[in-house]
Amino acid sequence: MAELIQILVSGLAAGSIYALAAVGFTLLWQASQTINFAQGEFVMLPAFFVLIGMTVLGLPMWTSILLALVLSLLILGVAFKRLIVEPMLPHGTLPLVIATIALGLLLKESVKEFYGATAQPFPAIFPQTVYNVAGASVSVQDICNLVVSMLAIGGLQLFLNRTRTGRCMQASAQNPAVAEILGVNVKRMVLYTFLINAALATIASVLISPIYLAKFSNGETLGLVAFIAAIVGGFNQIRGALVGGLLIGVIDNLSAVYISAQYRAAMPLLLLIAIILLRPQGLLGTPEGRTV
Amino acid sequence: MIRRLLSTAALVMALGVAPALAELKIGSIIELSGAGAAAGTNFRDGVKMGFEEINAQGGILKEQVSVLEYDSQTDPQVSRAMVQKAIDDGVYAITGTVFSSSTVVNMLVAKQYGIPQFTGSEAPSITAKGNPYIFRTAFGSQKGVPKMVKYMVDNMGVKKVGVAWANTEFGKGGHQAFVAEMEKAGIPIVIDVPAEQAQADFSADVLKLKNSDADAIFVYFTEEESARFLREARKQGIDKPLIGETTLIGHKVIELAGDAANGAMGHVGLTPDANIPALTEMVERFKTKYNYTPDHNAIKGYTAAWTLKYVTEMVGSPDSKAIAEKLHGLTLKASEYPGVLMDVSWDETGEMSRESFFVKVENGKQVVQAILPPN
Repeated sequence: MAELIQILVSGLAAGSIYALAAVGFTLLWQASQTINFAQGEFVMLPAFFVLIGMTVLGLPMWTSILLALVLSLLILGVAFKRLIVEPMLPHGTLPLVIATIALGLLLKESVKEFYGATAQPFPAIFPQTVYNVAGASVSVQDICNLVVSMLAIGGLQLFLNRTRTGRCMQASAQNPAVAEILGVNVKRMVLYTFLINAALATIASVLISPIYLAKFSNGETLGLVAFIAAIVGGFNQIRGALVGGLLIGVIDNLSAVYISAQYRAAMPLLLLIAIILLRPQGLLGTPEGRTV
Repeated sequence: MIRRLLSTAALVMALGVAPALAELKIGSIIELSGAGAAAGTNFRDGVKMGFEEINAQGGILKEQVSVLEYDSQTDPQVSRAMVQKAIDDGVYAITGTVFSSSTVVNMLVAKQYGIPQFTGSEAPSITAKGNPYIFRTAFGSQKGVPKMVKYMVDNMGVKKVGVAWANTEFGKGGHQAFVAEMEKAGIPIVIDVPAEQAQADFSADVLKLKNSDADAIFVYFTEEESARFLREARKQGIDKPLIGETTLIGHKVIELAGDAANGAMGHVGLTPDANIPALTEMVERFKTKYNYTPDHNAIKGYTAAWTLKYVTEMVGSPDSKAIAEKLHGLTLKASEYPGVLMDVSWDETGEMSRESFFVKVENGKQVVQAILPPN
């Protein structure tokens, strides 16, 4: 029982961070039909902004995290939308997908070139204390990661459902033409979506880098896991991405302990295949038809 | 105008036909990106520093040495292509690679062309394939592990062990050597946990090891995986001794894992914290030059450069085949050949023997617990 508790806590903590990245996939898809294959690199990059703040500029950790947030909003939010998505979107989804793949490579190689290929230590933002709960060692770091991720996603849901701006964003995502007729500034709403995605990526980066260490190639794994989580949960639902992320985190840990550590990486892929075969819209997603 | 054109043309022609500067070329094929970048960068910097010092002291056979660098990307197939490229570029010896999964592939190319290769790899299979051109810069895990196991049994009183290891060529070599030695010592392995290359999340692995009834855990990963493992072990409050062979207690691991590295123990063939004056001086020069503390890989690279100088000068020419022949059965004493830092020997397979150390990480530093004799 203690073992199961520990697996669940570790799995949920890791899964909640995957969920933050997965929510970014769903947000951008709903707002602008953008599948951002650079999402993993979006999570990798803010950690290096934090390190630059701390080691190059000599700033305290929390100031560096704020700096990373601002830089992410500017680069991964505003610049990404203005310089890549807006010029490419009129040409269709495929060129945009290819552009995001290229962007991912550019970000990865740039970090490697300017910061180095080796992993960098990243400071833990939460205490490393471990508590014994019913025989299981539960770390404060895991609990804090889970709580912060849940608060971020919960806050986003509240923002989207309970505020005027949030409802305008939803309206813009569901039917931009009608939303515009009703006086919604659709372009601004889409920009907000990109900014929220950048902020979520920064939170995910700061939470996961103490575990993964900051490395230019972190986005490869994170991007793939988040993409699978988004599909498994439902690409067009934020709560779907949340469920997908948590599920992947828990299944990964359960399979490593009870099935095979060697084949743990295959389990999320098997889940993905099963979902695509049995419920293509994802666990919580809704079927979506598009004219071709 | 015409005169200026003619003089420019004459200058260009003169430069074109000028004899090339006498220069010996060495190929440094190394992991500068990918999972092996931490180890590879250290090894590369050690090689560079070694040859810069050699050049400053007159070079090899009074010729300057040019080190041509190639990034293997920690990819066996890329490393193979890079070894081929280095040979095509005219190198007479090769240093690298560090990752065993790359070395087992690329050493076949060097063998085909008869080029001596100084590897930082420690998988037992490297010197067991009858390749007369491969030479270690640190002994293989099949030599290091028995020393470590003897220390675990005799000094630590370990009765049951668990193993966590990387499921790669490097990890398999260490794992096999450890399992064989444990069988010989009659000590059961109560849990065996393999992990994938560059694995990021070790929570499940640590949990399985923690819940086992092992007295100690043998941990055999590369630097970055080791650091992630130690951080997770610290997070889960694992209270069993974590013992590694070389990488677990390396300086890069200590830097990456921070406080989580304290308490980790292990056997190292080389340590910058050993109380050996030549080694200490080399480490200080390295720190001044590169602004970071070298690990065992940097020392391997450095000694590879000096070994090549000494052996080339013994042979009297940069004859690749003669150098390889000379290295078999050779012993270099640090008193006569200071660049090797410690007395060292190579056998007929290219395997090496040297004193080594059992260390424990305390306050972020390796503290030597015992000096283990060569075997």
